[in-house]
Amino acid sequence: MQKVRVKPLMPPGHVRTPAYLRGKIGIIERSLGTFPNPEALAYGVAASDLPLHRVRFTMSDVWEGNAENPNDTLDAEIYEHWLEPVDAT
Amino acid sequence: MNNAKNSPNDHSPTFKLGRRWHDMGGDTAGPITMEQLADTNHDFSLWEKRVDALMIIGSAKGFFTVDGLRRVLEDLGEDAFETMTYYERWIMAVNQNLIEGGAYTTADLAAKMSQVAARGDTYGDAAAPV
Repeated sequence: MQKVRVKPLMPPGHVRTPAYLRGKIGIIERSLGTFPNPEALAYGVAASDLPLHRVRFTMSDVWEGNAENPNDTLDAEIYEHWLEPVDAT
Repeated sequence: MNNAKNSPNDHSPTFKLGRRWHDMGGDTAGPITMEQLADTNHDFSLWEKRVDALMIIGSAKGFFTVDGLRRVLEDLGEDAFETMTYYERWIMAVNQNLIEGGAYTTADLAAKMSQVAARGDTYGDAAAPV
């Protein structure tokens, strides 16, 4: 499964990518199709359809040493323009 | 490292600008007491139901999307969450989106508000024969 990093960007304005996941690495659990870009809809401007992915993180991916149950997982739906591929090493 | 970049403990100006107040996932939080739980017997007042209806009509007519409402709620800032009720925040968001969407102008709104205020302070006053 494709490994991805959530881009560590911090633009002011309406976005749907939770801040605590930015910069974190997960895998694409499934792709959900395309949806109008909420970052454009929020301002009433033309919104293009963008691919949305369900990304799975382990608690250890998100909280590192602070994770109580490191192997538990968390799924978040994140638009493709917020994701960058992480090459397998 | 919990004080790393992009963690909830990052207090840099860039992070605070980019992480809007509603985006509170990952914050530390205590237990929720019974007093904090929602009162399921709460009844809505007439104006609150009207706000809800206005939201549905405005959305159905294409003046805004849920994303536009969310954006204004976020723009209101954290203080609004503490000082305004749920439907007070909603009417702020619906109104701003209706103005932006061209449903009416601020001047139209001002004129209508004066007209409604002249009816009296209560629904009873407004219904009373002149």
